Amino acid sequence: MATEYFLRMGDGQKIFMTKEDIRADIEAGSADAADLGDIPALTEDQMDKMLDIIISPGRIVGVEPGMEVPVTHDIGAIRIDGDQGNSGVGIPSSRLVGSMMHERAFGADTMELGHIDYSYKPVKPVISQECQTMEVCQQNMIIPMLYGAMPNMGLYYTPDGPFENPGDLMKAFKISEAQDSIFHAAEHGIRDMVWIMQRLQHVGCDGVNFDTIGAAGDGDMYASLNSIEALRKEFPGIYIEAGMAGELVLGMHGELEYDGTVLAGLWPHQQAPLIAKAGANVFGPVCNTNTSRTSAWNLGRSVTFMKAAVEASTIPCHVDMGMGVGGIPMLETPPIDAVTRASKAMVEIAGVDGI
Amino acid sequence: MGMPIAHIMASGMTGIRAAGDLVARMQFDKNMRIGEAKDFVAKKLGVSTADLSDEYVMRELREELDIGVITSVPGCAKGIAAKMNIEKLLGIDINCCDKFREITG
Repeated sequence: MATEYFLRMGDGQKIFMTKEDIRADIEAGSADAADLGDIPALTEDQMDKMLDIIISPGRIVGVEPGMEVPVTHDIGAIRIDGDQGNSGVGIPSSRLVGSMMHERAFGADTMELGHIDYSYKPVKPVISQECQTMEVCQQNMIIPMLYGAMPNMGLYYTPDGPFENPGDLMKAFKISEAQDSIFHAAEHGIRDMVWIMQRLQHVGCDGVNFDTIGAAGDGDMYASLNSIEALRKEFPGIYIEAGMAGELVLGMHGELEYDGTVLAGLWPHQQAPLIAKAGANVFGPVCNTNTSRTSAWNLGRSVTFMKAAVEASTIPCHVDMGMGVGGIPMLETPPIDAVTRASKAMVEIAGVDGI
Repeated sequence: MGMPIAHIMASGMTGIRAAGDLVARMQFDKNMRIGEAKDFVAKKLGVSTADLSDEYVMRELREELDIGVITSVPGCAKGIAAKMNIEKLLGIDINCCDKFREITG
C-alpha cells in the first residue's frame, strides 16, 4: 500500500493523499493559474520543493533562517476585541491595548488601527474618535502603525447608500445607468477615503492600508487607485499599502480605466504596475482559495499567481494570506499545519517581500 | 487569532523582538524590496542580514541603541521616544515624531 500524507482541503478538512497525487494537484493548480493569467507555470524544481514542504513530517514548518520577511497586519486590534463577524476572539480591551499586544506579545512587524465596521464610509461620523485613538496609539507604539479599512463600494449603493444598485439596474438591462451609478459611487468613495486619511495624517498616522480593493469590482479599484494617487500627492511621506480582494478584478462597470489601462479583468501581475504607478509603497496581491480543491492545488495555483506578481512589481509585495486566500484554507481557524506550509512556500518559492 | 501568529512564527521577522519593524519601515518609507531593506537596516545596525531575525543579537542591540525592546525595561525609550531614535538610526522622518516636534516646539 502506498504511503499517504496528510494535507487539507480548501475548507480545512484533513485528508490523506499519496505523494504522486499531491504532486499532480500542485501541477494542476499551477497550470490553472498559468492558463488564466497567461503567465509561466511553476518549474519542475519549484513543484518538487512545494511537494517537499507539503509532505514535511512536522506539524508546523518555517522558512530557512535568513529568509524571514515582515508580516503586516490587516483588521487591526478588532481580532482581539471584535466579534465573530470580524473573526474576533471577543477579549474586552481597547484598540490601543490590542495593538500593543500585537507589538509586544505576538511579534507583529506592523500594525494597523481599524474601525469596528472596517469600511471607510462609516468612519466619517466617528472621525474624531479615530483620530484620538490613532494619536494615543502613535504615542505608545513603536512598529509602523497604519489606518486600515475596506473601500467597500457596495456601501454606496441602495439600500445602504445614495446610488442606485448597479446589480438591480443591470437586471433591468439599464447598462449605461448602472455604469453611471458605479462611477458616481467611486467619486464619492474617493472623496471619503481621502478626507478620512487627511484627518488621520494630521494626528501623526504612519499611513493607510486599502484592504480588499476590488471587492465591488472595477469601480472599487478605480476609487482606490485615485485615492492613492491623491494621498501620495498631498502627503509625499505617507505609507500606503494596497491589498486586493481577489486575483481577478471583476468588470462590474467594464470600461473604467486607470493610466490608460482597463481595470476589468486584470490579474495580479497586471495589477502590480498600476498600484505602483498610483503611488502605493506595498502591494498586497491575492489569490482566493477554492474550498472544493486540495491545499496542494490551491497552493500551486496561488504561488504561481504571486510569483508572477512579485516579478512584475516594482514595489514590495506583501501577499495576502488570511483565511481563504494565498493557499490558506477558508475557515476562521485555519489549521496551523496548512498556514505554515503556505507561508513557507510563498516566501521560498514565490519570493514575496512580506506577508 | 492563531493564524497571524502562525505566520509570524513560520516566516515573520518578529517585530521588536528582533528587527522586523525596522525592515518593514524601510519597505514602506523607501519602497525597498526585501533584500534591499534588509541590507540597508543591517548596515545601519552593523550586523549581518541573518542577525536581523535573531532575537539573541537584536535584544541587546536594541537596548543599546534605545530603539525599543520587547520587554518593559524601566528607563528605556518606549513608544514615540523609541521612534525618534529610530528616525536618527535609519535617517528617515516619521510622521508622529514630526507632529511631536511641532507641538513641543
